[in-house]
Amino acid sequence: MKEKIITFLTEIRPEFDFSESSNFIEEGMLDSFDIVSLVASLDEEFEISIDGTEILPENFSSVEGIIQLLNKNGVTE
Amino acid sequence: MIKINLIEYFESTVDQFPNKLAVVDGTSQLTFKELTQRAKLIATHIAKKSDAINSPVAIYLPKTNDAIASFLGTMYSGNCYTPLDTKNPAPRIEAILKALKPSCIITNNKFLANLQKCDLDVDIINLDELDGNEKVNESYNYKKCVDTDPAYILHTSGSTGVPKGVVISHLSIIDYINWVADTFDITENEKIGNQTPFIFDMSTLDIYLMIFRGATLYIIPEHKFIFPATLLDYINEHEINFIFWVPAVLVNIANLKLLDTNKIPTVKKVLFGGEVMPPKHLSYWIKSLERKIVYGNMYGPTEITGTCVYHIVDDSFNEDESLPIGIPCRNTDILVLNDKEELCKVGEQGELCVRGSSLALGYWNNFEKTNTVFVQNPLNKSVPERIYRTGDIVFLNEKGEYIYIGRKDFQIKLSGYRIDLGEIEHYILSVFDTINAGVFFDKAKEEIVLVYESETEIPVKDFRIKLMEVLSKHMIPTRYIKMDVLPKSTTGKIDRALLNKQINNI
Repeated sequence: MKEKIITFLTEIRPEFDFSESSNFIEEGMLDSFDIVSLVASLDEEFEISIDGTEILPENFSSVEGIIQLLNKNGVTE
Repeated sequence: MIKINLIEYFESTVDQFPNKLAVVDGTSQLTFKELTQRAKLIATHIAKKSDAINSPVAIYLPKTNDAIASFLGTMYSGNCYTPLDTKNPAPRIEAILKALKPSCIITNNKFLANLQKCDLDVDIINLDELDGNEKVNESYNYKKCVDTDPAYILHTSGSTGVPKGVVISHLSIIDYINWVADTFDITENEKIGNQTPFIFDMSTLDIYLMIFRGATLYIIPEHKFIFPATLLDYINEHEINFIFWVPAVLVNIANLKLLDTNKIPTVKKVLFGGEVMPPKHLSYWIKSLERKIVYGNMYGPTEITGTCVYHIVDDSFNEDESLPIGIPCRNTDILVLNDKEELCKVGEQGELCVRGSSLALGYWNNFEKTNTVFVQNPLNKSVPERIYRTGDIVFLNEKGEYIYIGRKDFQIKLSGYRIDLGEIEHYILSVFDTINAGVFFDKAKEEIVLVYESETEIPVKDFRIKLMEVLSKHMIPTRYIKMDVLPKSTTGKIDRALLNKQINNI
């Protein structure tokens, strides 16, 4: 799952190393367009529907945050 | 006496509401009295650098109360302000400043270093070094100005790589804001939630409703727009009742169905503009919020100050039909001209042209570009009269409403950002000087596409890293297509029409 997430992030912003940062938002690595694309990719790949109320800074600041969000949505692998 | 300068409007509001909140940003808030003091201090420092009037002062600050104070300070000093995008890479800032030749640049500690990267010889005012207790000089040069003098210069994407500086006069803003305030019944009770960057003309409405009517301007922190649920919390926390946003933000909230759970009962007026509002998403807003809310579709390019044609959504709204751009604003006349420079009949498509006090003075330091779009009204054979040719194709329907069709040229709109594909192409070819390439727009996916000729594939990362140095993020292509050979026309130029068809599956 972790690798898939990093692949998606890298497709959206190839210029950044997402495995090295744990604060994507504060470091300006993702903006509103990027979050929209990322959520669409995650929804499609893991066949889930991330709720708008879950699109919060703490769930998208790091790869770990995204993993936890996916876990909450029933994705385990 | 009739007011002829934006500072006169501001002073009258300060007199009426000295202790009312004027501006609130992510870290501070200022009353009208405090805002005027800050502005006068800045004006005093501008005057120390130069006693000139009507010369541009560049404002290199993020969206903050200090940016607003700098705009007002510049106008107190009798000059015109130019907001610069702090997110722009250095070469674009340099290109703008070289064409603009400002008398000084206003910035702060945080952004000073970026300016020092540019190759410039201009005086800088660092707001962090100003002493709040300093005595201000009360003799302001704005009293020497006339209402047709410039108030600000906003830059829009230009096809040759150099952004065009659109010069807007005090008169045009006075004309526009009085119309907006009357039409949408704006008073000091308005709490305006600002979304658009100050480099966009849409922010003119937000800023000047505060200045003209004593409304409070809430400069919503940008990260709230990354996470729309937090944006709705912000609205509730500050009891925002008026918004004028780009459709992209409204669409995002609709797609996430956030209004199902997060109600925003204080919001009474929802205006949008800068790009086409999809009716399906608007329908979600209408169904989700209370019935009495006013929705306004605002159409107009930077060159006519703000809005020239508008549509207030009424009972005839149908989510299966595109939203009209509507009817002309007061003191604005619209001419739709066909190829023969004649007025189009009902239903006939033509170029939308504008007449009225809203017209910009022209493009700064660029008479050639000015004269190609600010032209003599072809219907007036008796006296000089300027119209602005928007390049937008529209038609008038049976109900007397204008309907937007598309562009005449290669300009696109992304989230309200006006982008000339030619500007992107110019920078790409200057960075990658060995490749042949064209830039296109995939309308369905709203994606900028780069098509390039090469024997080997160039990694996307290589493109993006280099383009980040010269282009704003929203201008960087997000799809890259390699072709062994690009299709060419008989003259050897890239066959754009063919590639455009392929990308858009026409």
